[in-house]
Amino acid sequence: MVPVVFFVSVIVFVVMRLLPGDPILALTGLGSEGMDPEAIAHMRKELGLDDPVSVQFGRWFFGVLHGDLGNSTRLHQPVTEIITSRAPATVQLALSAWLFGIVIGVPAGVIAAVKRNSFADVLATLGAMVGIAMPSFWMGILAILLFAVILGWLPSNGFVGLWEDPLGGLRYLILPAVILGLHLTAAIMRQTRSAMLEVLSQDYVRTARAKGLAELKVIGVHGLKNALLPVVTVMGLQLGRLLGGTVIIETMFAVPGLGRTAVQSIQSRDYAALQGVVLVMAVAVLVINLLTDLLYARLDPRISYR
Amino acid sequence: MATETSNSAALTPIMFVPRRQPVGMVGFLRQVIRVRLALAGLVVLAVVVFATIFANWVAPYDPIQVDGYRSLEAPSWSHPLGLDKYGRDVLSRIIYGGRVSLPVGMVAVAIAAAVGVPLGIVSAYFGGKLDAVIMAATDALYSFPSLLLALALVAALGPSIINIMIAIGITTIPVYARVVRSQALSVREHEYVLAARTIGSRDWRIMTRHIWPNVTAPIIVQSSLGMAAAVLAEAGLNFLGVGVRQPTPTWGSMLNEGFPLLRRAPWLSISPGLMIFLVVLALNVVGDALRDVLDPQLRHSRGTEV
Repeated sequence: MVPVVFFVSVIVFVVMRLLPGDPILALTGLGSEGMDPEAIAHMRKELGLDDPVSVQFGRWFFGVLHGDLGNSTRLHQPVTEIITSRAPATVQLALSAWLFGIVIGVPAGVIAAVKRNSFADVLATLGAMVGIAMPSFWMGILAILLFAVILGWLPSNGFVGLWEDPLGGLRYLILPAVILGLHLTAAIMRQTRSAMLEVLSQDYVRTARAKGLAELKVIGVHGLKNALLPVVTVMGLQLGRLLGGTVIIETMFAVPGLGRTAVQSIQSRDYAALQGVVLVMAVAVLVINLLTDLLYARLDPRISYR
Repeated sequence: MATETSNSAALTPIMFVPRRQPVGMVGFLRQVIRVRLALAGLVVLAVVVFATIFANWVAPYDPIQVDGYRSLEAPSWSHPLGLDKYGRDVLSRIIYGGRVSLPVGMVAVAIAAAVGVPLGIVSAYFGGKLDAVIMAATDALYSFPSLLLALALVAALGPSIINIMIAIGITTIPVYARVVRSQALSVREHEYVLAARTIGSRDWRIMTRHIWPNVTAPIIVQSSLGMAAAVLAEAGLNFLGVGVRQPTPTWGSMLNEGFPLLRRAPWLSISPGLMIFLVVLALNVVGDALRDVLDPQLRHSRGTEV
């Protein structure tokens, strides 16, 4: 984990160094003619831009470890403040999408596996195939067209925190969350189905049935519990993908979250904010993956981490 | 449950259902659908590639011909998909759009494979510390939500088709490195590799002559799926407006232009999205079929499906 976090920050630093424009000129907002070359040289020295790249990286990394991500040039406030104020919307959106994916995907996968080759199975499998190929932005467009423009049931953009107004918040959250979660739902359904098929053909399931256990108990206790392991991996891995998906969904539905902040930062060349959001998202994905691994160990007593 | 085949259901107890091969009408349909789907996917791809290459002849109008008097005209016989804000023919623009999306998909995948495949082989072959470092680096790259990283890279490198290819390619490297590494790990243990080493073959020769030919199958499979992901990513980047500038039509930028006009002119958004969806679906279906044919280990245990 530690070396990976180190590499993550190296990548973020390198990408930031590639960004166009002289930081001094960006900072002062003046053209290169408008400034005394001596003053520029002085500022470069002041800001440590003359130091070797490794020293600059060390200084920046030290700041990151202390929660200092620099200042946003667009909003004129520390990047950490921007991130803490924008994160709740993204977390609410991503978690609702994730929950939607689990609540729909797992039962659909179980039903498809138990009733293999039934009409429901074919329907679920085709649905998953479509769900995986469907671009979220196009799905979003179709959903806005249907639910906001034609039917007028739901708002097409905006956001209200769930804590401030649970019901109103849900009205705003439902479209973006469902669309964001669609891909995850399809992936979870496929994984649940194939894992359940594998488990249900095991001898212990036959034994459970032979000793007269109720079918529901066989599927739930002997089947699903053992099939859940690979499903949990998908849930964890896909949560990272979900965070990436927020970039498009938040921009589309005008949700004031981290993804939209990233897009706005690029448009206004606010690279400190962009860099902060990218770093925070990557670390969040790493933490989620770590938690998934730990959960995996808890679910499967055969796995242990020393 | 599982009574879709009346004659075998009487003889087969419920407990054997999961092991049963697809039988009966629905099972038969399922197999037909699988084969037909792959075929349909190929046909869709062939048509799109043909139309893209011969766009000059296939497209009914000039895709960048502006007609200010006919702005936002609804679909009609002469313009089946309508006209956009500047009076340009949407159908022609979609046909020309493939000239961006398809090359981006192919080149991005080629870049990712060109870097990821050697990394995976070297990592698996030498193992030890080198393996640990390469894997930590690819894990770090993998932990960035790919669209967000591609967004930041395009911002850093500047918006152009080449840079979009590079950005999407870089975000896809870890996928290849991982797939190839896991395959190469098992190939490395084969007797012929040991034999090659015994007669004194150099590492380079073993990697290029013995390991490389045996890891190509998953690469081919991954390339079809990777192209689908790359087409989606390109459309996503252009939808967010960070990609190619006007007037070059791309499916993503057409959605970007159409989205604000969704209420007035929904045809601007529906048709490019459908095009992306069809191409991605076709690539996914062909990729799945390729996996079934080329990857016999996965044919029976579809548990690794994500």
